[in-house]
Amino acid sequence: MESLEKILVQHPFLKNLEQKYVQLIVGCASNVRFDSGTFIYREGEDANYFYILRTGKVALEIHDSGRETITIETLGEGDVLGWAWLVPPYRRHADAHALELTRAIALDGKCLRDKCRDDHNLGYELMMRIVPLITHQLQATQLQLMDVYGVKK
Amino acid sequence: MSESLANPLLPAPYRVLRNKRNTHDVFTLDVEPVKRGNSTLFSPGQFNMLYIFGKGDAAISISGDPTKEQPLRHTIRRAGVVTQALEQVKPGGVLGIRGPFGVPWPVKEAEGQDVLLVAGGIGLAPLRPAMYTLLANRDKYGRIALFYGARTPEDLLYLSDLEQWRGRFDLQVCVSVDTAKRNWMGDVGVVTKLISKASFDPLNTVALVCGPEIMMRFSVQELKKNEIKSGNIFLSMERNMKCAVGFCGHCQYGPHFICKDGPVFRYDQVQSLLGKREV
Ligand SMILES: Cc1cc2nc3c(=O)[nH]c(=O)nc-3n(C[C@H](O)[C@H](O)[C@H](O)COP(=O)(O)OP(=O)(O)OC[C@H]3O[C@@H](n4cnc5c(N)ncnc54)[C@H](O)[C@@H]3O)c2cc1C
Repeated sequence: MESLEKILVQHPFLKNLEQKYVQLIVGCASNVRFDSGTFIYREGEDANYFYILRTGKVALEIHDSGRETITIETLGEGDVLGWAWLVPPYRRHADAHALELTRAIALDGKCLRDKCRDDHNLGYELMMRIVPLITHQLQATQLQLMDVYGVKK
Repeated sequence: MSESLANPLLPAPYRVLRNKRNTHDVFTLDVEPVKRGNSTLFSPGQFNMLYIFGKGDAAISISGDPTKEQPLRHTIRRAGVVTQALEQVKPGGVLGIRGPFGVPWPVKEAEGQDVLLVAGGIGLAPLRPAMYTLLANRDKYGRIALFYGARTPEDLLYLSDLEQWRGRFDLQVCVSVDTAKRNWMGDVGVVTKLISKASFDPLNTVALVCGPEIMMRFSVQELKKNEIKSGNIFLSMERNMKCAVGFCGHCQYGPHFICKDGPVFRYDQVQSLLGKREV
């Protein structure tokens, strides 16, 4: 448990989080690894886990029958993967595909939700870390949609 | 003195040595002066006006290596009439060139500091001469990093340069594309995300940014979030251009003329104009 705590406090996502909250989170955490080529999750599955990525590289992919699979983002060391655990109906919106051997801390989504319900301060701390990620993602999607490098019409 | 400097409105003839395709809509033209005495000297970030007889002219940055004796090099993306005509020029063909024009990147002023180059799309072309200059004087700079974003892997420019730069231990090179098919093993995501992953000394860092205006706006936000000072961020601005010497007003940008006061501006000079619909 102690080493999980050490890994968690060093991750940018949990930077400066008070120790008592880190300890609460450790109760929902487990160490995981995914071999290159494996799927961490698939679109439509229950979003049971939230991943704090330590090493490796993960592609978020979307596929549509009859079209080639498209990678919309890659994530790696210092990033977190999958915030659908927070938003009902807690379902995945894309496939997460390990492109390299990937090591992460998996946080159990239900366990985290329960702890946030019991301790709103923990909930607030996590929200303050997750909302900027979602904002970033929205801005990135805006730029991608605008096709900024395309020829101006 | 070169003929075009003697009369900046008169194009001098240049012969095309090579027309190399980079991507489906980008190509690089190598040219040399038809008449001896016309110079090929330039500073990183400067541009020429390339003139096609009977079609018109276009402002194109010089993308070659200013530290080496080589033909003048321009990397061009097909956009409209002039660039389409330039794409068709074969080796041996002649075009008119005026220049070089414009305020260059502050590579000399950046000595002693960390340097970040942030390029989007064809924006890598005006930054490449800056990179060559930095690398030719590597010991004069701190950390050097290049963040380069493109639309897809097929749109990436200068693959052999990128490969060579990536192989160096004294240079950080991060490339990201907006979307990719599954066979791409590199990064996917907007170029701004790369900035937050770099290690540099924010108080002693100069950032040179070139790309579509909206990408530059988001890049500046990210650079400022990483505590780089406004006065140390430089952008290369593009506007439709005609005379290139500040006569015609075609490229007026607020109180500035892009052609003679730019194209490279310090961020705090243009901050209030960026993102405005009409200036
Ligand atoms: C200082 C400077 C350096 C440049 N360097 C390069 C370069 O290295 N490589 C390169 O490919 N292009 C560069 N450009 C852009 C290039 O000048 C234009 O793409 C070119 O003039 C288009 O001419 P055209 O006749 O082919 O297209 P047009 O028929 O004139 O235009 C086609 C489309 O492109 C748009 N457009 C035209 N000029 C510009 C411009 N300057 N900025 C934004 N949109 C424009 C038009 O509004 C139109 O939608 C530079 C521009 C400037 C001002």
